Amino acid sequence: MEEINSLMHGFSIALTPYNMGLMFVGVTLGVLIGVLPGLGGANGVAILLPLTFTMNPTSAIIMLSCIYWGALFGGAITSILFNIPGEPWSVATTFDGYPMAQRGRAGEALTAAFTSSFIGALVAVLVITFAAPTVAKFAIQFGPKEFFAVYLLTFCSFVGMTKAPPFKTITAMMFGFALAAVGLDTVTGQLRLTFGHMELLKGFDFLIAVIGLFGIGEILLTLEEGLAFKGTKSKINVRIVIETWKQLPKYWKTMIRSSVIGCWMGITPGGATPASFMGYGVAKSMSPNGKNFGNGEMEGVIAPEVAAHAAGTSALLPMLTLGIPGSPTAAVLLGGLLVWGLQPGPMLFVEQKDFVWGLIASMYLGNIVGLIVVLTTVPLFAAILRVPFSIVAPVILVICAIGAYTVHSSMFDVWLMLVFGVIGYVFKKLDYPLAPLVLALVLGDRAEDAFRQAMLGSGGEMSTFFSNGLVGGITTLALAMLFWAPVRGLLDTFKPKADRS
Amino acid sequence: MSEHEKNTTEKSAVSTKTMDFVVALMFLALGGVVMWDSSRLGSKWGSDGPEAGYFPFYIGLFLCVAAAVNAARAYLGRDLKAASFVSTTALKMVFSVLLPTIFYVLLIDGVGPIPGLGIYVPSVLFIAAFMRWLGRYKWLMAAVVSVGVVVVFFLMFEIWFKVPLPKGPLEAALGLN
Repeated sequence: MEEINSLMHGFSIALTPYNMGLMFVGVTLGVLIGVLPGLGGANGVAILLPLTFTMNPTSAIIMLSCIYWGALFGGAITSILFNIPGEPWSVATTFDGYPMAQRGRAGEALTAAFTSSFIGALVAVLVITFAAPTVAKFAIQFGPKEFFAVYLLTFCSFVGMTKAPPFKTITAMMFGFALAAVGLDTVTGQLRLTFGHMELLKGFDFLIAVIGLFGIGEILLTLEEGLAFKGTKSKINVRIVIETWKQLPKYWKTMIRSSVIGCWMGITPGGATPASFMGYGVAKSMSPNGKNFGNGEMEGVIAPEVAAHAAGTSALLPMLTLGIPGSPTAAVLLGGLLVWGLQPGPMLFVEQKDFVWGLIASMYLGNIVGLIVVLTTVPLFAAILRVPFSIVAPVILVICAIGAYTVHSSMFDVWLMLVFGVIGYVFKKLDYPLAPLVLALVLGDRAEDAFRQAMLGSGGEMSTFFSNGLVGGITTLALAMLFWAPVRGLLDTFKPKADRS
Repeated sequence: MSEHEKNTTEKSAVSTKTMDFVVALMFLALGGVVMWDSSRLGSKWGSDGPEAGYFPFYIGLFLCVAAAVNAARAYLGRDLKAASFVSTTALKMVFSVLLPTIFYVLLIDGVGPIPGLGIYVPSVLFIAAFMRWLGRYKWLMAAVVSVGVVVVFFLMFEIWFKVPLPKGPLEAALGLN
């Protein structure tokens, strides 16, 4: 019951008028970011991060995490009304959401999506509340080798779990690690991969990478698909909301399944996007209405939304307890912790109780605020989407440029952002996943430090990663995840050839 | 690059297969660079522990191996042959935004001895130009929207959040620095 006490303490921190105000601001900004193409959870938070440098850490993370919740909610609006996923994790929501909207059931679809998002988030926050302190207590005994094994597991599960070709996932990841290595090596004081360019001394900031990869890259992709948004009208009123809520309890099985999938995919770094597809797929095969999926079945909206939001939220669990983010947006929040002078990892739960429990309490409140905001402001955000892309696009490009500049007040970063934008565009088109790149860039230095310390402890013996049951278990699991993928990949390569001959 | 010209489908600027192969080769080269630089710094076990290039060397190695597999898969893969990476019309669209954006950043930053104009004036020009040429708005509309948006940004960054952004001669003349 220690958790309940801590949580109550957290509520007393989060429930100040100032912090509640920040929640509303954060959620509203988040929904806006979620509906606009080119701005998403990860780069939206990255752009706004410099504005919080002077705030106190607890208020800052409350606002930034609320932007994230808002973005998770907002993605569904465009999916349902315009058949354009505002965020990658709402792609699966278009499958049944848009058909519902076409038949004039947009209000129901939106209500179902928002409520499901809320339920998914709530389950994940409950998991965080009760599991996180235990995980942190356990992780506090971790040494460098255990930490490196956990990093290894994180990256190997990416290879095993993402839909992208495994070798492309590895390439993207190694590219991230290589970028992370650029600059001054803090241990030896030597310059790595700078080739005499002083701008590279400090290395690549992942915030710049995130703004370019997800912002500029996304705008370029959207342009290709044309500029026009054609959408359906929506009406949400109290009657529709209540009518929809009455129908929701009968889908409890789907909700439980999707919550479990979502929490699992969020904690292991699968992320919200694969979780939403998996939630949809599982619901389709297990539901009695499965045949109807794709024709505007409400269950087909509920399943991906619960899973996506559960995954997006539970991605904060490993970030808080181990310092390992489960998604790109969680990675940006982790970057925020470092900027505010907090060391992510299990010690947070001991040294920064106010911060941690304030954040966890704000997750409950922020999602309630989010649900209220989205249910009441859908027409407003739908109107924003009717602003032509030829106005929205240059404004977003300007925002990205300003965002990249403010991180270090450096024009070099703005140029880098453009380069990352082109990289993001090419990556997306060639099926290279962006999330592993970002995570490797964020965790590269820390993973290397853990590796070095582990190696120092053992005198360079790799066998240290199997030296006790715990570390050996994690390493073995990691390797199993890793080697499953290339085998699958190779089978895919040779299959078509065999068929031809 | 000769494969580009030989492309059979008229409207495709470059095939996915070619692009996939070229990108894989670039990663292969990058991996080589990482390995080369790491071994220059020392990628072995020094007197006091791992040298600076110890960890990055393996990163470069893994990058090379993964890139080689990608290159081989792109080269051998048949299913992608016909697929277009980008059509000429889409490529034109992308460049019609990318080039002005590069020009926009040049205006902010300045080129060589020419000083930059700060972030605000180029932003007005960029948004207005974008609306005029890609959105076919009237000049007046473009001017109103672009100036309005940039004034809001100015108030937000310079006044509310006190985050100074680069400023140029116009701001200096108006005494806004």
